[in-house]
Amino acid sequence: MSQVALLKGGRSLERQISLRSGAQVQDSLERLGHEVTAIDVGPDLVDRLEAARADVAFVALHGRGGEDGTVQELLDVLGLPYTGSGPAACIRCMDKVIAKHALRDAGIPTPDFYAFSEAAFNDLGAARALPAIEARLEFPIVVKPAAGGSALGIKFAASAADVPGALVAAFSYDTKVILERHVAGRDLAVSVLGPAGAPRALPVVEAIPRDEDFYDFEARYEIGRTTFRCPAELGDEVTARAHELALGAYRELGCYGFARVDLMLEAATGELYVLEVNAIPGLTETSLLPQAADAAGIDFDALVAEILELALARETSTAAG
Amino acid sequence: MTAPRSTTRDLERYAGLFAQRTQGMKSSAMRDLMAVNSQPEIISLAGGLPDTSTFPAEDFAALMARVAVDSSAAALQYGPTEGLEDVRRCIVEVMAAEGMEVETDDLLVTTGGQQVIDLVCRTLVDPGDVVIAEAPTYPGAVPVFGSYQADVVQIELDEDGMRIDVMESTLDRLEAEGRVPKFIYTVPSFQNPAGVTMSLERRRRLVQVARERELLVLEDNPYGLLRYEGDPLPTLFALSGGEYVIYLGTFSKILSPGLRLGWSAAPRPVLDKMNLGKQAADLCSPPLSQHFVKVYFAERDWRRYLSTLVELYRRRRDTMLDALAEHFPAEATWTKPQGGLFIWATLPDYIDTTDLLARALRENVAFVPGRAAYLDGRGGSSMRLNFSGVGEDEIREGVRRIGKVVREQVALYGTLTGVEPAPPRARGSAPAETDPENVLPLRRRAGG
Repeated sequence: MSQVALLKGGRSLERQISLRSGAQVQDSLERLGHEVTAIDVGPDLVDRLEAARADVAFVALHGRGGEDGTVQELLDVLGLPYTGSGPAACIRCMDKVIAKHALRDAGIPTPDFYAFSEAAFNDLGAARALPAIEARLEFPIVVKPAAGGSALGIKFAASAADVPGALVAAFSYDTKVILERHVAGRDLAVSVLGPAGAPRALPVVEAIPRDEDFYDFEARYEIGRTTFRCPAELGDEVTARAHELALGAYRELGCYGFARVDLMLEAATGELYVLEVNAIPGLTETSLLPQAADAAGIDFDALVAEILELALARETSTAAG
Repeated sequence: MTAPRSTTRDLERYAGLFAQRTQGMKSSAMRDLMAVNSQPEIISLAGGLPDTSTFPAEDFAALMARVAVDSSAAALQYGPTEGLEDVRRCIVEVMAAEGMEVETDDLLVTTGGQQVIDLVCRTLVDPGDVVIAEAPTYPGAVPVFGSYQADVVQIELDEDGMRIDVMESTLDRLEAEGRVPKFIYTVPSFQNPAGVTMSLERRRRLVQVARERELLVLEDNPYGLLRYEGDPLPTLFALSGGEYVIYLGTFSKILSPGLRLGWSAAPRPVLDKMNLGKQAADLCSPPLSQHFVKVYFAERDWRRYLSTLVELYRRRRDTMLDALAEHFPAEATWTKPQGGLFIWATLPDYIDTTDLLARALRENVAFVPGRAAYLDGRGGSSMRLNFSGVGEDEIREGVRRIGKVVREQVALYGTLTGVEPAPPRARGSAPAETDPENVLPLRRRAGG
């Protein structure tokens, strides 16, 4: 049995969901017989990690600071093994601009997009380029902050008049934003579990909005307003393709341990597109990864156990190699 | 490990057990953002908090010791649902200070003023029933209305409070549809969140309308005694003689919210039902708190403490108004409250204050996004700012930080659209003082 430092909370905008993930994981780790020290991540993190005398850190953080490579880099420096992807993969996943370029370069389909920094508008007059972008992407356009895995700051622009307001909103969350072609269709998520060399894709989850308003991102992962179906009712071919793309994205971005790949199945063409990869997806019992694992016969405790084993296995392999 | 399941497992296996009314209780991006605001390095102008640090700790210790010596067993015991007689006598005194006459039998002591809103809904509202509220309304009432599945119709405000003329035409429209509101919810004095006060003329008209149409009004008056300038206005309860008015009062703003003690005065049949509802909810309000109030009123001058709060909050309000004039761009407008705890600021409509909050949190400052005060998605460009909970230096710094992110967004929008930001306003001239037309979206008086 291990001494586990459970990292949760922090200052990110996804603090709330992280606290919930952390609480669920803590219960599970204790059921599995581990000694757990839960740490609400703050300026005293290093001291608290040292005091905890942990063998391994379980990172149940979402968003800025916890999911973007910052904590991972620190844990590497401290020599403490930890769950999930390393700093480089976290950085790639957190920044949708980097992720989408990497995916596109690898031939993994992702919706067409253009990315801008606030400086491009303030210093380089990028606003003059907006009409050309609008013409190429066609409305509606999705405008979103480059960072972050939640619905915060994601807006639909139905026409050119909506674009400046949507950009102002998205720039509230990040200094970089993406304008992306809107793919109308079914909202799918494939969770991936395993080491970088041999990852396996879990059953596909479909998020089905209950309300008529498909443009309400807030509703997307909210219980009561969205129904989740797992496994999603898809043909074998589509399921296989979704798995193939998810595994491709996982490998391409260098993920380790676990991740969730969000995809769209375009209604008009039947094509699948990868929207983003979440390096640390939600780990509450009702989150999509645990849901997918459950459908594959892996209950929550078994999932947590596997994620922890992978963290310790990476340590061993790094030490060996 | 078991074999993969082929059945569809709905993530809502618990959600399937939830009552219909929980659909009205939703989490939101805003709530996630607000969770960050409890961090110690953040200056929060988001709360509705009185400054409890002003209550002398030695008084607190002495009074609690007195409770322990005089009435230990009773203070630790359950109490009557309607509240201690002694506490109801204190309430009679507090209400008299605002010109209201009431008997102790007409009072129900509640667990905070918030419970009154809950009990009124519990007593009056069936799913789908209409409740009239102000636009914007008290954000804390929104989830209560939601959980009772009320159909809330919000009536716009201007600087003289709720537009009673608009309310009357809305009542006519509803009547034509065969619908009658169960009650009209208003915070007439120093409204939360807008900070405005209903004029005497409108108060009279509202009471008259309620009587003529036989409608109940829920008068929420937590701040009436926190007046920093101008003459006190009679409450709706005083004007109506208690007919068709359910009054909500609280010790939270004149003494302490930690006591969790409020009260209601209401027509007897309504009060009796509320009493039954309270029995079901929590049997009685904390006797420990009630004994504290009893001793406090007997041994200290509550008016003196109130006057120290009034002095303190007046300075803080003035500090915030000055800071707004200095740091907010000319495109912004705000109200100038004569009392209470809040200022309501409105930005250009292309700024969404829920998103702006994310940016403000990076600058370590928080406010309440205006959308929290509406049930229909309006209010996206407004924000509620509290000036009672933090000191003057923090108010200045907090407003400076918000002003900074607002200016950045105004400048960015200008860059995106070619719209030039408005020239800076002359220092020290808040628009509320110089140009009442500028106080959007609260429109200038238009009858009523």
